[in-house]
Amino acid sequence: MARIIASLLTSHVPLIGLAVDQGKTQDPYWKPLFDGYEPARAWLKKAAPDVVIVLYNDHGTVFSLESVPTFAVGVADEFIPADEGWGPRPVPVVKGHPALAGHLVESLVFDEFDITIMNSMQVDHGLTVPLSVACGQPAAWPFPVIPISVNVIMYPQPTGRRCFKLGQAIRKAVESYAEDLRVVVFGTGGMSHQLHGERAGLINKEWDRKFLDDMTANPERLLNLGHVDYVRDAGAEGIELIMWLAALGALNGKAKEVYRHYHVPASNTAAGLLILE
Amino acid sequence: MTKDDPFDDIPGTYLFNQERCRVGFHLNMFFMSLLKDENRKAFLADEKKYLDKYPLSPEQRRAVEQRDWLGMIKHGGNIYYMSKYGATLGHSFQFMAGAMSGVSQEEYAAMMLKGGRSLEGNRSKSEHN
Repeated sequence: MARIIASLLTSHVPLIGLAVDQGKTQDPYWKPLFDGYEPARAWLKKAAPDVVIVLYNDHGTVFSLESVPTFAVGVADEFIPADEGWGPRPVPVVKGHPALAGHLVESLVFDEFDITIMNSMQVDHGLTVPLSVACGQPAAWPFPVIPISVNVIMYPQPTGRRCFKLGQAIRKAVESYAEDLRVVVFGTGGMSHQLHGERAGLINKEWDRKFLDDMTANPERLLNLGHVDYVRDAGAEGIELIMWLAALGALNGKAKEVYRHYHVPASNTAAGLLILE
Repeated sequence: MTKDDPFDDIPGTYLFNQERCRVGFHLNMFFMSLLKDENRKAFLADEKKYLDKYPLSPEQRRAVEQRDWLGMIKHGGNIYYMSKYGATLGHSFQFMAGAMSGVSQEEYAAMMLKGGRSLEGNRSKSEHN
């Protein structure tokens, strides 16, 4: 039987990817952030997952406004890193796991999650930056990946509680897969940040720290946060944190904190990383 | 969206709701077209000719031509689509963020290094805090 062994939560700031790609991780600006990633990389190497499911959002790269799926699951053999305006990131192609992804799709739909099936898609920094955060610069990513994109661009977006339930349904799907696979779920995005408008640059450390605490201490409080609460207190783009709740749902909401890292700033963003088992 | 939209109480924030999506549809489709290198080159070679392909409102067209980043947002632009236009002109998210909040990129970067923009005074229009 396949099983979910842990969740890793991390911000997916594009400039973090650029710092890796351009060899700047030891620059004074980036060193404190990347030093904090080292224990997480060591943990992941030891955990050696067979498959990683990444909950992330597309940033207007694959999905134009012509169609906006709330949840979309990638079932392709591979996912090519996209050109987001600067040329594609020089990172390995992301290999998929079509067998588990296909099972996931079937299980989710029969479990009444009407997801969109992506038979072919590229992936942007929302997916590739977390891989760089967690793995550095390998010649090939050390595990196959199942991308699940969540609409956090256009309103209405799914609620945090709905994302949590999606995570629970992912767990149920994984546990009904016959092959003995060890799966880690990544929840990505956040933490507090706002990229647009006169309020751009908003950071709320106190709010972020409470959010990190309550991922284990009081998940119910987080599930009750509304969209307006995120936008007001964590910045308009801080809403990405609902994807962390999906990864928490994949642990059924009962988790132990294994590692935490928090650093301000990563470009416009408060960067957080959390490992839960 | 509704009459008493609670999001309207949040200062300096333009929620990308269905109304903004409707107004900004062609503007964002223009931005997104710049994901392709051939389109970036075509735009930079002849900006006016390229823009003529998109039915933008006069306000949107002016904002695009004048690199008025906040104006583009106010007229239905979405930051993530707009970032493709920024990238085409060689601008980072921090450059656009500085421009939208009315400071230079250097001043903006310095604010971020000091821990970012405080929530104090930026939380609510009605509560003035």
